[in-house]
Amino acid sequence: MQFQDQPGEPTATSGHRWHGTGRRRDGHPDWVARFAQRHPGDGQPLRRHPEDRLAGGVAAGLATWRGFSPTTVRIALAVAALISTGWAVPFYVLGWLLIPARGDSASIASRARHDTRGVALAVGLASLLAVFLLLAAPLNGGGIEGFLWPQVISVAGLTLIWHNAPEDERAVMRRLVQPLENLSGSGKAARRATWLRIGGAAVLLAVGLGWLLSQPVGTALLRPLGGFLLVAAAFVLLLGPWWLRIARDLVLERQARARAEERADIAARVHDSVLQTLALIQRRADDPQAVVQLARAQERELRSWLFEGRAPGDADASSFAEGIRQIQREVEARHGVPVEVVTVGDCPLDPRLSALLAAAREATVNAAKWSGAAVISVFAEVEPDKVSVAVRDRGKGFDPGAVPADRKGVAESIRGRMSRHGGTATVQSAPGEGAKVTLEMSLLGPAPFAEGKRR
Amino acid sequence: MSEPAAQAVTQGGERGTARGGRPRVVLVDDHGLFRSGVRSELGARVEVVGEAGDVGPAVELIGQLLPDVVLLDVHLPGGGGQAVITEVKKTHPEVKFLALSASDAPEDVIAVIRAGARGYVTKTISTADLADAISRVAGGDAVFSHRLAGFVLDAFAAAPAPDGVKPSFDPELDQLTTREREVLRLIAQGYTYKEIARELFISGKTVESHVSSVLRKLQLSSRHQLTRWAAERRL
Repeated sequence: MQFQDQPGEPTATSGHRWHGTGRRRDGHPDWVARFAQRHPGDGQPLRRHPEDRLAGGVAAGLATWRGFSPTTVRIALAVAALISTGWAVPFYVLGWLLIPARGDSASIASRARHDTRGVALAVGLASLLAVFLLLAAPLNGGGIEGFLWPQVISVAGLTLIWHNAPEDERAVMRRLVQPLENLSGSGKAARRATWLRIGGAAVLLAVGLGWLLSQPVGTALLRPLGGFLLVAAAFVLLLGPWWLRIARDLVLERQARARAEERADIAARVHDSVLQTLALIQRRADDPQAVVQLARAQERELRSWLFEGRAPGDADASSFAEGIRQIQREVEARHGVPVEVVTVGDCPLDPRLSALLAAAREATVNAAKWSGAAVISVFAEVEPDKVSVAVRDRGKGFDPGAVPADRKGVAESIRGRMSRHGGTATVQSAPGEGAKVTLEMSLLGPAPFAEGKRR
Repeated sequence: MSEPAAQAVTQGGERGTARGGRPRVVLVDDHGLFRSGVRSELGARVEVVGEAGDVGPAVELIGQLLPDVVLLDVHLPGGGGQAVITEVKKTHPEVKFLALSASDAPEDVIAVIRAGARGYVTKTISTADLADAISRVAGGDAVFSHRLAGFVLDAFAAAPAPDGVKPSFDPELDQLTTREREVLRLIAQGYTYKEIARELFISGKTVESHVSSVLRKLQLSSRHQLTRWAAERRL
């Protein structure tokens, strides 16, 4: 399928938006100059002129650029289209795609590049036409498809333009195909169109059937196929607009359904979380601590849903930062102390980091239980060579030296755990000064580490 | 965070407002309820001279009133807080902006800072801290909330720029110094500037100059990671 690549081409060449089409048309100005007066060009870079256009404003743009009358350029283009067996048309379409409209810095192609659906559609339609042409080729002497092959590119280009052009250019395209659209419309014009259509279909049918039934001498095997095609064309002409309308309605319906589902999903989520919480808050209005806690939990839940795309409840502690946030949730829920978390970077968990998380949890729980601080701050940073966590409170503090040796909290759960996995733990505190536990785990070593998995 | 409040008041008083007294503030937020809340809470500490709920009116109002500080919501209809800053800076580069947001979406926050805001605080901030932050911005300092500090550390993550990425005209802009990193880490842990000064054995002024320098780098660096980082965050 040699033309499969064509729709992609504008994207590849959009950097030098003019050369591809220009070289070919540059041949014409001298040729045209004999027939038309020429003004000096406007000296501006080549731009399409959407305000003076029949289709894309390429001819008008060329005219202004080189100083011809637009009509001359148009005639030249039409002649070129005939002489070049249709090749001027795809070049016109490419020009439409690649030359930015006046007052617009970006060409349609630069927008189309990000429009994967449009590109897919363009490739699809172009290849459809190509297949059709391949099939149709044996049926006639090759007079027509010489003109039609270039249109494979035109179809792809027009699809991309349709998908990506600004609304006003789309309106122009719509106007161009209006005669076709009328076929499916309603009203007097439509009725007349329907009659025309039926008439056309009848003629096609008659010719096709006649072709099928009369078997002239020397008939090639493929002749009947031509008849079939004509009959098929008759059906398409008769029923095509109706099929189109059905397809369009289907699309609209599917969109509406998707929107309704989305709305229902949001409503359910808001009900489950926000409304429930508001109700709880009203019932417990006399307990400020509880209200703050509820509001906080709700805020965090909503935030993680809205901005991190995580539904409440699916807490897979698959990454380090997620593990830290889990500690935050647990401690806030269980001990009713707000935990401010800031994480920098993220990486997947490994046994060492799980140990670090366990130690961090213990430190946070300790602070929540004993410090009396109004808020605990947890700061976690993932660097390429190490991961560190600082748990800090502004509570009453303690004398690290005076903690009895048999108190297991700090000694075993934090220090022991860290040192067993090759990390370090430092505790800074003094009575009345709050406390800070710093945990560090080196990542240099055999355990797997993949940088850059961030949320 | 009651300590720095007093600290900032003196700062604000000393060099914040040429007109003397409380800083003149314009509130830009599309939630009327939030505006009236802030206005009534801040009334004693700052002078709220105007309010706007949309980009266009905000730009016009700020141009007329020329307040000391604009308290600016990151998420505004019609282009976001970023658009307000970009427009106003064209004609009045001296107006200072403090960004405010409920979302904490890092890419939005960084975008507003890069547009020229002098700081960022979350909407859950206490009134005292907010008034403090406003005075600080009015006085020419940068205000980094613990969350912003985290974002900045993240954005300037230690990994060097990949090959083929054009460095800024001044390569120093593309990375933070060790000291700046330390300061940011402490801010991220909720330390006040005063506490940071004590912790690092430097003066409060030095802390502020480090923060201002980080802000400058954040705004001027062409480091592509900032963009890439924001793009990743959008996922």
